[in-house]
This record gives sequence, C-alpha cells and structure tokens, in this order.
Amino acid sequence: MPTEPRLPEIERGTEVFAVDPLTVRAHFEVDYVHSYKQDTPFFHGLAKRQLLGSHCAKCHYKFATPRVRCMYCGGETEWFELPAEGRVHSWTVCYFAAQEFLKDVPFTLVLVEFEGVDTLFLSRLVGVERADVRIGMKIKPKFRRKATWSVRDVYFVRT
Amino acid sequence: MRPVYLISGGITKFAKAHAAKDFRLMVKEAFDYALNDLSGKLTPADIDGSIISYFSDHFTYQLKAGAMVQDFVGLCPKPHVRIEGGGATGGLCFQQAWESVASGRYEVAAAMGFETMSHVETAKGNEFIALASDTNFDFPVGGYYNGYYAMMVVRHMHEFGTTEEQLARIAVKNHNNACHNPYAQEHLALTLEDVMRSEYIAWPLKRHDICVMSDGAAVCLLASEKAAEKFCANPVRITGLGAGSDCMRFADRPHAKVPLLPHEKEADYKDLKYPGVHSFRAGRSAAIAAYKMAGVQNPLDDLDVIELHDAYSSSELQTYEDLGLCKYGEGGRFIDNGHSTLTGKLPVNPSGGLLACGHPVGATGLMQAVTMFWQLQGSIPKHFGNDKLQVKNAKRGLIHSHAGTGTYVTVTILQAP
Repeated sequence: MPTEPRLPEIERGTEVFAVDPLTVRAHFEVDYVHSYKQDTPFFHGLAKRQLLGSHCAKCHYKFATPRVRCMYCGGETEWFELPAEGRVHSWTVCYFAAQEFLKDVPFTLVLVEFEGVDTLFLSRLVGVERADVRIGMKIKPKFRRKATWSVRDVYFVRT
Repeated sequence: MRPVYLISGGITKFAKAHAAKDFRLMVKEAFDYALNDLSGKLTPADIDGSIISYFSDHFTYQLKAGAMVQDFVGLCPKPHVRIEGGGATGGLCFQQAWESVASGRYEVAAAMGFETMSHVETAKGNEFIALASDTNFDFPVGGYYNGYYAMMVVRHMHEFGTTEEQLARIAVKNHNNACHNPYAQEHLALTLEDVMRSEYIAWPLKRHDICVMSDGAAVCLLASEKAAEKFCANPVRITGLGAGSDCMRFADRPHAKVPLLPHEKEADYKDLKYPGVHSFRAGRSAAIAAYKMAGVQNPLDDLDVIELHDAYSSSELQTYEDLGLCKYGEGGRFIDNGHSTLTGKLPVNPSGGLLACGHPVGATGLMQAVTMFWQLQGSIPKHFGNDKLQVKNAKRGLIHSHAGTGTYVTVTILQAP
C-alpha cells in the first residue's frame, strides 16, 4: 500500500522563552566579505606601524581620519603620516558597551587631536587611570605586533 | 506650498516590552486612537497615503515591515513609503508627511512610527545602534553611543565648565514630569541624589542620564486646510520646518564659526571653535531654518513649550544652546535657573522626554508631535487623565528630533489658532 508523503521528524526542539504569548529563540548570523576598498592604504599603514591621515592637494585641509575625497572642495586627497605625538581632545571610560565589547569593560575611548591637523581620530587610550586622564595630555600611538587588519591595530598611550 | 495642519494623534504606551503586541498591532492601537479622537468623522478611506518610520531592521527581524503596517491598518492599496534617519526617524517622517500635504499630493497623510527594541538584550541593542556609526573607524574600537555622547559632553564641560550636577538636574526634571504622563515608560520620582548615585555607564554619564530602550508606536494625521476644517474641530498649524545634517563621524566635524540666530551677534562667540564635538551644528541649522519660516525672532520669548530629543541629559543641555534658548556655554546655567522646568520661562520636555518616556526610535519623534499637539490644543488633561503637565495658554511649540551624534536633526514649529 502506498504511504502518504511526510516530512522527516526534527531531531532538535526549539528553545521556548514563554508559552503565552509564545516566544521562541530566533537565531541570525552572517559573515560578510568586507573590503576597506579605497581606504585600504590606511590599514596597510597600521601593519607597518604608520598612522596615516589624508590631506587635500587642492585646499590643503588635513583629515586625521582619512577620506580619499575632500569634504570641502571635492578634490582628491593624498596620504600623509600623522605626527608621532597627539593630545587628548576628549575622552570617556566605558563601563558598559555594545555586546561585542562587553568583555573589554572598563575601557577608555579617546578623541585624539594632532598639531596642524584639522580633524580628530577616535581610538582607545590604554594604561591611564580615569582620575589621571586630562584633556590636552600628550599621547602617542602604539601598534599591535600582530595585525588584526582593523582600526584596532592602533591604540594610544601616554608619552 | 499650502498650509498644513496636524488634526489628530495617538500613542501606544512606551514600555520595556509589549509581550503580546507586535509592531503592527502597536501602530494599529495608536492609529485607532487618532481616528477615535476625531469622533469617527475621518475614516481610513479619507487618508490618501502614509509615511512609515522605523529605524532598525535588526530590531524588527523583518525587512519591509512598513508594508505589513500598511496592510494591517487597512490602508492598502494606497501609497506608502518608509523613512529612516536614525534617532531622527520620527521627526523626518513628520516633515515628510508635511511635504506630501503641502505639495498638494495628499489631502490627508498618516505618519506612523514604531520600534520594537525588546527583541534583543540591552548590550545587543546598543550594538545595533552602534552600527549606525562608522563601522570601519568608530565601532571597531568599542565605539557606541553612550561613549560618543560622553566624549561630547566631556568636551562641553572642558569648554564651558558644565557639571555633572547640571546634567542630573535635567534628568530629575524630565523624570518627575513623566510621573504624570501615562504614556511614559518610567515613572520614577528621582531626586538629584538618586541620579548622582546611579552607576556610571560611560563617564560622566550615569544610568539616569541615559534613555532606555522601548517598544512603542505613535501616529499623527496631517491634513490640508480644507480637510482640517472638514474633520477636526481644533487643528494645530505647522508653521515652521527646518532640518540639518553633520558628518557621520563626530571626529570629522570642523572647528569654525557659529552660524548665528537672529538674536545673536558674532561678538558673542569670538573665541568659540564650532561645532567641534561639543555642539550640534545640524540642530543649529535646523533651528535657523524653522525660525525663519515661522517668524521666530527670539525663541525664549516667542515659544511657549518645547519637546526636544533628550536621549541623554547632556544632549538636552547642548540642545538648549543649539536652539538659542541661551548662548553657547550657558546651557548649565539655563537649567540651574530652572528656566526649562514646568513652571519656568520655557518648559522643555513636559512629557518627560526620551529620558523617562523611553525611545522606541521610529515612534519617538511622532510621540513628541502628538504630545505637543495636545499641549497646543489644551487637551493634555483629556489624554493624560490629569492636568499636571498642561502648559497654560501654550500657543506656539517646538519639536526637535535628533539622530546619531547630531547627524540629522529636525526642528518643527506648531501653532494653535
């Protein structure tokens, strides 16, 4: 006798948080093929222990966080190495974070200003207690020995 | 452009989680409230189209969720479009609805917004929101919004001497207002000490300096003069709109001159580098345009009530200055003097603001519009069930919606007849 078609039985059940209203676990995960595209030289620079900004060949505006076109005149920019020393422009200590960085708390974020450069650079400040951080304090970049090929390859410490 | 009126509104209570209502049902509740407030004179058939605002597909776990709202409230096959602009999503939606009526395309437009943030844990929610910052340069170092706002106010403190107590006073003001607002998520009669003793999240910002994540929805119905006369006994006119933008990365902002409001002079700011990271240039740009359109010369004299985007106590203080309620640098003194309290010269966030109402992103800017509408109608007692938050004789009000680190800002001015 022919049997009726049927789906195979599932082997693992569903995680249920609540029965009414019915609330279940839904999982979502994705790996991106993520390219830094035109900003690639910045990340190559980090691996070579160089912190690169960009400056506009036409209007001479200097960006600490690089962009390949000038925000003001639209001109092409050129890469340049930022000064070896900067200062704390602003900062905070995070005691809570986005899930990915909860493992790091507490950590210090810093906006770095560089002499003669028009914009700032966001990074981590390492090795300075909250009570000791001051706006204007001199700091310098340090680079990870093993590159992660991300902006995390640079961080700042007191000079 | 022709005159446009706000003719009705509704809010679904903002809550940590609406366990038994999805985004469609939340919007439907607010939508029905808005229709009922017109005593059944307006039906969905009278609405020509909708603008739907929600921020994050990540939170909703549903792409094209706007299409599901449109069919659920029974507006198919009329046109609708989604608006998204981070925290300013609701404010941008309201302005888009204005355009659709002002242009003559629609006689009646529905602006409908929601967010369902309860689907993930708070740290994951913070991560989703952090993805609305540069994911190559800012997010990977541990950047997230509490941290960004902390850095911005640390610089404000450095430039102007602003204190943690001044921020706390704003949190106390807004939380105590919200105790009388049934739509608010938190009803906490906080003291200055409660706020000052709450734990640091990102120094100097503490737990009560920061808004919470929420589920919620809000709906506004906008109409032409002819439709407003037909459907509504006490409409409120939209008299001024302004919007502005700034660089996604706050590190990229210039250090230049302050764009001046009509009551300010260049000499007021001769040593100030602007906006840097201490102020919101987009907010200033939005204010300049909205004041010009509405004929506001001096906001402190010409406005009666404000609902502004206080995702942080610090950003309310900074926004006082962007809106020109006081000069740049005087935001701290403005709250010390009590000018923005319920009984002050110009009440700010009588609803309780985002700090206490919550911030279901796509609904927030529309919630502000609805409570402002009720303020200017004088109908707060009817809708809130008490008259504690009704600003007496409020005729002209301002709503302010704000995204990112000040990436998009809208300012809209409403006027009672």
